[in-house]
Amino acid sequence: MDQAIILEKSIFIFTIFAITMLAAMYSTWAERKVAAWLQDRIGPNRAGPLGLLQPLADGMKLFSKEEFLPNTPNKFLFVAGPAISMSVALMTSAVIPWGDKLIIGGRTVILQATDINIGVLYVFGVLSVGVYGIMIGGWASNNKFSLMSAMRAASQMISYEVAMGMSLIALLMMSGDLSLKTISEQQAEWHWNVLYQPLGFIIFLVCSFAETNRTPFDLAECEAELIGGYHTEYSSMRMGFYLFAEYASMFISSTILAVLYFGAYNYPGMAWAVEHWGVNAANGIGIAVLFIKICAFIFFFMWVRWTIPRFRYDQLMRLGWQGLIPLAIANIFITGVIILWHDGKLF
Amino acid sequence: MSTVLIIFFILSAVTLATAFLTVFTKNPIHSAIYLVLCFFSVAGHYLLFNAQFLAVVHVIVYSGAIMILFLFTVMLMNLNKEDEVHKPRTTRLAAGIIFILTCLVLLAIFIQTKPIVGPYDDTGVDYQSIKVLGNVLLNEYMVPFEFASVLLLVGMIGAVLLSKREKTEKK
Repeated sequence: MDQAIILEKSIFIFTIFAITMLAAMYSTWAERKVAAWLQDRIGPNRAGPLGLLQPLADGMKLFSKEEFLPNTPNKFLFVAGPAISMSVALMTSAVIPWGDKLIIGGRTVILQATDINIGVLYVFGVLSVGVYGIMIGGWASNNKFSLMSAMRAASQMISYEVAMGMSLIALLMMSGDLSLKTISEQQAEWHWNVLYQPLGFIIFLVCSFAETNRTPFDLAECEAELIGGYHTEYSSMRMGFYLFAEYASMFISSTILAVLYFGAYNYPGMAWAVEHWGVNAANGIGIAVLFIKICAFIFFFMWVRWTIPRFRYDQLMRLGWQGLIPLAIANIFITGVIILWHDGKLF
Repeated sequence: MSTVLIIFFILSAVTLATAFLTVFTKNPIHSAIYLVLCFFSVAGHYLLFNAQFLAVVHVIVYSGAIMILFLFTVMLMNLNKEDEVHKPRTTRLAAGIIFILTCLVLLAIFIQTKPIVGPYDDTGVDYQSIKVLGNVLLNEYMVPFEFASVLLLVGMIGAVLLSKREKTEKK
């Protein structure tokens, strides 16, 4: 294989990894700041200016804590739980198109780690495997509260995966392709999918809240009933990994929402910018636009957390199975009828 | 040896080892986890055939849905040695007969198959694309597809029926 490609991809993958980690780190800071802002407090402001070094301080604290291993017969699985959660949270970023292309020294650099034909399905596959981290960790803790919390998390994630997949089907019927790159190219200028699939977008958004275990669906961690949730028995950096994985998956969820429904790196006037300012400048703005969209979604996640109280378990299940899934099926049906009508094949 | 061959051997070793461990492990949860690993390595085999769609769907359906529900049930049940129900002799006999019959069917399949694959003609059709797949499924294989959906529906109704509590001494 061309060595330049290997080098290029390695640098790219490393950059994405670093960005995801950084985003996850600063999401913890942003969460506190947003919470403080919404509750009329100041928030973290001791470590560095505006408390910007707070995530580093937290990391240091977690690293220096005692690594406690509970008396469990499954030591290996206990350690494997957070590891699975963390690696799964970081794997999805491989197929996300972060931009169209850049021209560096005469080479065209595609801003995507790999463009596989089945990008959307890959994201889905990784997502569905993510449940294992929580389940295995919760079970191996040898603690009934951890186990109950893991069960809650798993059943919630499985239930909402169904609705999520169905809301995506309507989108895929329009795009006719599973590659995330093609989907983002189709949304050039103002043709963002959210304008064509508003209902699908809302279903997908609700489901991503459930998939990332965020409020109002954070039943797995509800303190009043289950102590700390599936990570009750974890301490030190192992717990840090679980928390970190949650923020990393929030970042990735926001990215996928932006890519699938909010036009990825496209912005109105991009073709004009390519023509007048050159490919690099236009795509640089494109990357910036994508990150602005991602940050907006992350902010939305936090905003909802401090606005809507937690659901009850039966409410959660009723919403998933009796609300979102029928809606998603109706959405598929309507989309199908409209596509046929548009193609003139209906009558 | 080519890289593909090396990967194939590693994958096969993992598949076989985890499959055997699934059967021989005493702890039901460990057994289920080994089965998950086995499914992952099977998905790896699909990838070696360049069947990306099949590989990912396999991961989603088997590892991501079926095995999670499986683990779920196993974790909630109390599967200790003491609680194990003693199985009557007829059940064991039936299990043995079914095992032998399955072996016969598998043997017949293996004898019938031709291990040497004929020349692969690339007709220029992109078999990874879902458009092609959908067209083939809903035109050429329409009847099996519909049968499969009916089977799934029956399974679903059966599951709902089984999980429903019987209403007896109410009213």
